[in-house]
Amino acid sequence: MERAKLDLWVGVFVALGFAALLGLAMKVGNLSASNIGDTYTVSAYFDNVGSLKPRAPVKSAGVVVGRVESIGFDDEKKEAIVTLHLDMRYHFDTETNASILTSGLLGEQYVGLEAGGEEKMLKNGDKIKLTQGAVVLEKLISQFLYSKASDGADNKQDKKADKE
Amino acid sequence: MSTPLKNNIVEIENLSFGYSNRLLHQDISMRFPAGKVVAIMGGSGSGKTTLLRLIGGQLKPQSGCVKVDGKVVHEQDGDGIYLMRRKMGMLFQFGALFTDLSVFDNVAFPMRENTNLPEVIIRDLVLLKLNAVGLRGARDLMPAELSGGMARRVALARAVALDPQIIMYDEPFAGLDPISMGIIANLIRRLNDALGATSIVVTHDVHEAFLFVDYVYFVSAGKVVAEGSPQELSQSAMPFVHQFVHGEADGPVPFHYAAPDYAQDMLGAGRV
Amino acid sequence: MFKTLAGVLQHIGHQVVDGVLRLGYATRFFLYALKMSGESFRRFPLVIREIYFTGVLSLIIILVSALFVGMVLGLQGYNTLQRYGSSEAVGVLVALALVRELGPVVTALLFAGRAGTAITAEIGLMKATEQLSAMEMMAVNPISRVVAPRFWAGVISMPFLAALFSMMGVFGGYLVAVQLIGVDNGAFWSQMQSSVDWSDDIMNGVIKSCVFGVACTIIALFEGYDAPPTAEGVSRATTRTVVISSLAVLGLDFVLTAFMLH
Repeated sequence: MERAKLDLWVGVFVALGFAALLGLAMKVGNLSASNIGDTYTVSAYFDNVGSLKPRAPVKSAGVVVGRVESIGFDDEKKEAIVTLHLDMRYHFDTETNASILTSGLLGEQYVGLEAGGEEKMLKNGDKIKLTQGAVVLEKLISQFLYSKASDGADNKQDKKADKE
Repeated sequence: MSTPLKNNIVEIENLSFGYSNRLLHQDISMRFPAGKVVAIMGGSGSGKTTLLRLIGGQLKPQSGCVKVDGKVVHEQDGDGIYLMRRKMGMLFQFGALFTDLSVFDNVAFPMRENTNLPEVIIRDLVLLKLNAVGLRGARDLMPAELSGGMARRVALARAVALDPQIIMYDEPFAGLDPISMGIIANLIRRLNDALGATSIVVTHDVHEAFLFVDYVYFVSAGKVVAEGSPQELSQSAMPFVHQFVHGEADGPVPFHYAAPDYAQDMLGAGRV
Repeated sequence: MFKTLAGVLQHIGHQVVDGVLRLGYATRFFLYALKMSGESFRRFPLVIREIYFTGVLSLIIILVSALFVGMVLGLQGYNTLQRYGSSEAVGVLVALALVRELGPVVTALLFAGRAGTAITAEIGLMKATEQLSAMEMMAVNPISRVVAPRFWAGVISMPFLAALFSMMGVFGGYLVAVQLIGVDNGAFWSQMQSSVDWSDDIMNGVIKSCVFGVACTIIALFEGYDAPPTAEGVSRATTRTVVISSLAVLGLDFVLTAFMLH
């Protein structure tokens, strides 16, 4: 095989390989999504982060506006501290409410932001004050059972009262 | 026995070499004078090829040494060995052509690897060498398309590509028809004289070799058993030389591999 | 009875000692090949030529296998996921399976069978026909001229082949899930993109394939270089290349995965 033809084929091969890597990164992976350009950092305390993971999306009105940078534990407050990277293009006021939500019934968890009515906007390094932690399924179920049980007791009492 | 040879380019001195516990060479000494064609002869398995590898520095002797141009081969470091090998050319038993390169590229290989000559000059040199072996027209063929004799000639052109001072031939006649053998023998002589080189030919083909070599060493059982010019040796009365030159089946070189007594073997302990 | 037991133990011991010795030789061979790699980069056309033989000529088998693997993943994934009503997640399943595991691993296994055996047989035959000896006698080091370029070609080719495998596999999954079964196109891609992480999944896959490239190529080269110079020796060496490469790839995959998932 002559040199030029060999070089051509290897060139095609390497170009295809790079294209595949790029395709994987852009089309299959989240490089295009995670590359949201300049960001600013805010943090928030949560009483419970559930199974939130670093790099999970931060959404507002269902649109990705940032990513979870890191999750830590504040030993003084005994609460979880979550650092968020938000896209520079989006601005949220200081009364913004951050809550940990689940996509679908069993899906991954993300941070949802709901704007408040304040004039002042969050700046780099600010803290979000209004937060709501993850809903823990077990707690929810036990609450539900508890209220059902007390409802039942109430009903019985009511019936007793009727009879009397 | 013969006239002392002077101006030796390769000298083997009291060399012993063997694999594991079997000694292949015992205390061998040989001299290869500049400008001559010297043959090393002996039966199959007498370690002739190993001698060439010792000269080329691919193997290390247990004792004794090989000197090329006055330098001890096995004391050279990696670079020294490679420097030494640039002065040598070797024709391997079946040519050992690079099967993925064309005839032209095979001959050009040592030039491209070891020199910085421009491609134009390499082309001229390769055609010169190929012309010397009569295969200028076969330059674009692949080794698989060559006959045994042609492959050997290409390998010969490759071995002399860098005009070596020492050319070694490992069984250059093995498996060739009489015409090809004649051609190769003729080439060995002509190239040797044209390049002013020294040739070492390892072979067991007495009749072909006696026609063109200057000096012969006979090796058997790890020792040099006879040496001299072809004329001297063909008249030699030594039993080994006589057996070898005349191709007799039995003699000092026994027909049987070492074994216990035949009668005892058939009737004795081995039977159940 | 005692004798047979001793025999068995001796056999096992012999195998182990032999294996360790060979591993040692292979390591020295690897280090020597690395040391002698200078010429491969000074004369890069040598490597390009070998990339053609190891990389380009493996393309067909890699791409066709990837297409089918992706299609099967799409079918199986859909079948299972639709029971839980989340058939859109089939894209995630196909992509993660390919990018993290199947891409690098299956590519390496196919590479060992396609390119590895070719390398072993070629080097083994070069040795058997004294081409390597001839090279040495021409003052050319066969490690730097023959082994190192093939090594680098294998190491360079493997990540590209694995990336192509993953991409082709995702395309196969897309064909089955979206075009054939009718999963929503947008959901297929967007779920995939939100779950496949650039560094955690894709880069780790690339790292894996680089490691597999080193392992498969050096095993193929060593087996060829170490093969007894006979027809039987070369054929055995070729078989060993496939067996040892496959085991090495699967073993290394476990180790690497364990590291990557902490």
